[in-house]
Amino acid sequence: MSPDAHPALAHHFESLEKQAHAARLGMWLFLATEVLLFTALFAAYAVYRYLFHQTFADASRHIETWIGLVNTIVLVTSSFTVALGVHRATRGDGKGTALFFGLTVLLALVFLGFKAVEYSHHFQEGQLPGRYYTYGEVTGPGASLFFALYFLITGLHGIHVVIGMTVLTVIGIRSALGAFSAEYNVPVELAGLYWHLVDLIWIFVFPLIYLI
Amino acid sequence: MSPSPASEALVPQRTYLNAPATGLRSWLLTKDHKRIGVMFLVATTVALFLGGLFALLIRIELLTPGPTIMDAMTYNRMFTLHGVVMIFLFMIPAIPSGFGNFLLPIMLGAKDVAFPRLNLLSFYLYLIGAAIALYGMVHGGADTGWTFYTPYSTTTVTKVTPILLGAFVLGFSSILTGLNFIVTTHTMRAPGITWTRLPLFVWSIYATSVIQILATPVLGMTLMLVAIEHAFGWGIFDPARGGDPVLFQHFFWFYSHPAVYIMVLPAMAVISEVVCASSHKNIFGYKAVAYSSLGIAFVGFFTWGHHLFTSGQSPWDAGIFGVLSMFVGIFTAVKVFNWVATMYKGSISFTTPFAYFVGFLFFLVFGGMTGVALATVSLDIHWQDTYFVVAHFHFIMVGGVMMAFLAALHYWFPKITGRMYPEGWGLVGAVLVVLGFNFTFIPQFLLGNEGMPRRYYSYPERFWPLNVASTAGASVLAAGLVLILVYILISLRWGPVAGQNPWRSRGYEWMSATPPPPENFEETPVFTRGPHEYDDSAEAPPTPTGEPSHVP
Repeated sequence: MSPDAHPALAHHFESLEKQAHAARLGMWLFLATEVLLFTALFAAYAVYRYLFHQTFADASRHIETWIGLVNTIVLVTSSFTVALGVHRATRGDGKGTALFFGLTVLLALVFLGFKAVEYSHHFQEGQLPGRYYTYGEVTGPGASLFFALYFLITGLHGIHVVIGMTVLTVIGIRSALGAFSAEYNVPVELAGLYWHLVDLIWIFVFPLIYLI
Repeated sequence: MSPSPASEALVPQRTYLNAPATGLRSWLLTKDHKRIGVMFLVATTVALFLGGLFALLIRIELLTPGPTIMDAMTYNRMFTLHGVVMIFLFMIPAIPSGFGNFLLPIMLGAKDVAFPRLNLLSFYLYLIGAAIALYGMVHGGADTGWTFYTPYSTTTVTKVTPILLGAFVLGFSSILTGLNFIVTTHTMRAPGITWTRLPLFVWSIYATSVIQILATPVLGMTLMLVAIEHAFGWGIFDPARGGDPVLFQHFFWFYSHPAVYIMVLPAMAVISEVVCASSHKNIFGYKAVAYSSLGIAFVGFFTWGHHLFTSGQSPWDAGIFGVLSMFVGIFTAVKVFNWVATMYKGSISFTTPFAYFVGFLFFLVFGGMTGVALATVSLDIHWQDTYFVVAHFHFIMVGGVMMAFLAALHYWFPKITGRMYPEGWGLVGAVLVVLGFNFTFIPQFLLGNEGMPRRYYSYPERFWPLNVASTAGASVLAAGLVLILVYILISLRWGPVAGQNPWRSRGYEWMSATPPPPENFEETPVFTRGPHEYDDSAEAPPTPTGEPSHVP
């Protein structure tokens, strides 16, 4: 490593480009593992929907579609703001990145707010699965399973929203402090990728749980 | 065998062992892949002996038909702990995270793995996972078997939750290691290392890593579902609430069948290197050996149903899964034939690593053929849940993986420590291990065929003689392992200095100093030949006395 090498260049890479290539590849592989984590739940959903078709269809009529719809709009908008933030970073505008990442985090908070309202409705109506299930309008062996999968999928997604918010906050603050430049902004890009994945998973969750 | 002062002078001044520092802190916070690899090796070896202790207790209990030293419940816990420790703490991480970490970057001519901090995190996740699982073991253990089949695992009163959580965390350790290796292989190869000049070790570890990152998340989710079910009773796998316990089996084996290739592909990785170095000959059919690793990784994802032949799967599904399982046999056979052909007309040194290679070959072929037999639905229904299955997978896992682990330990011991083990004792250890192993598990094939079921602590008297033979074999195996441990520990301090390339191997890893400096190579090497080329046209290989070797 020459003395005038970029400060972000790690000792075991020859160039920033190679390092960025490695980081991107690593992130995409990590995103693949994230997708597979959800895949198990989606597979379980598919199996039980097949086994208890009518019950699942009924149950999805008894959750609040409008909240799901609003949250979908909120998350898609947040993907747009995150993309703007990443775009700012490629111009070397750290403050702009921080602004748009901040907006994204606000939208994520709105999402979680709606989710909290939704969850509290489920609690009040006795839709917690298993032995806590007391909801009268959808009954039968598959009813509790629908809500078990509902809480597992949306809960795991919610955890990812929180992780994504944390990542965006940290990277946003570092951007504002001038840690990145037009030539080196891979962490900003990767944070953006992660947030897009969180949105993408929701794009699958929304129709599966709320619409069909 | 006190080392002479003259040979001590051949040890490089500055190695990864003493630079940049030597204190405990410099090891625990290291980002050097070699040190992380060594720490993994130490940790997994401890796990091997812990799991071996449980195995011995199991065999002692089975020495007599009735209760011998424990009751049924303790026995159930013992075989569960044996399985969990051996699989999650030893076999899955031992070769990839231990030897793989140490060797993969050197074999690529790289200074380190792509993400050194992630690599250290992987090690600590391993320790945390192991600690959580050990906590569960100390506080009562689990009695479910390592497969955690529902609905038993969700209703048992034993401490199954910490063990599930431990396995979950260990899974993340495995994912991060796999991710690191894939990125490293893609982005950090030194000039001259094309894909067809990758050492076969790297090819196999690469195939392993693909399985690790694609299969392990599903296991993680599945174990979480069981833990949630155990804690809250949400009914995902509970038939009383509409859940489907067979779905658990699908999820579990979707990971756990590919997981056996996570265990055996690294073993094949080691063997491909050892057979070339011991025969002083280029590998026969490089591409066939390399691509068959990818083939096993690919087909391995479509065979899980052969664990469910008696679980109510349709005959149509069972037939397809049976046929797909046999494909693994084809890819494995490709490798076996190529290894054997590599020895043909080679100049074979019958050293300890080679002795383990011979043992490995026998066990892999024998275990593999019984595997093909088990993939036949009609035969499997006869053997399901008998000792035949136990003997089959021990032939592959212990016979395959542990032989390869020991081969790797002896083959790369000089690379890692700069010293040699005693060759005579090495061969004695190999003979004890191979003989002990045969005496332990061949009787189990016979017992299984006669119908002795697995997982019972007592059995009818007619099974007695073969069980005694099996226990006797296990004792010999244990004695062999203890002998190896003793001379390895002694050699760490008092072994003769190995020199740079004691095997006269052409493998890339032997081109750096032995033991290597922290940055592996003084400057980025340029490679002009393949990793297994022993052609006579090449320059004379360095002598075993440790003269510095040429850099091609």
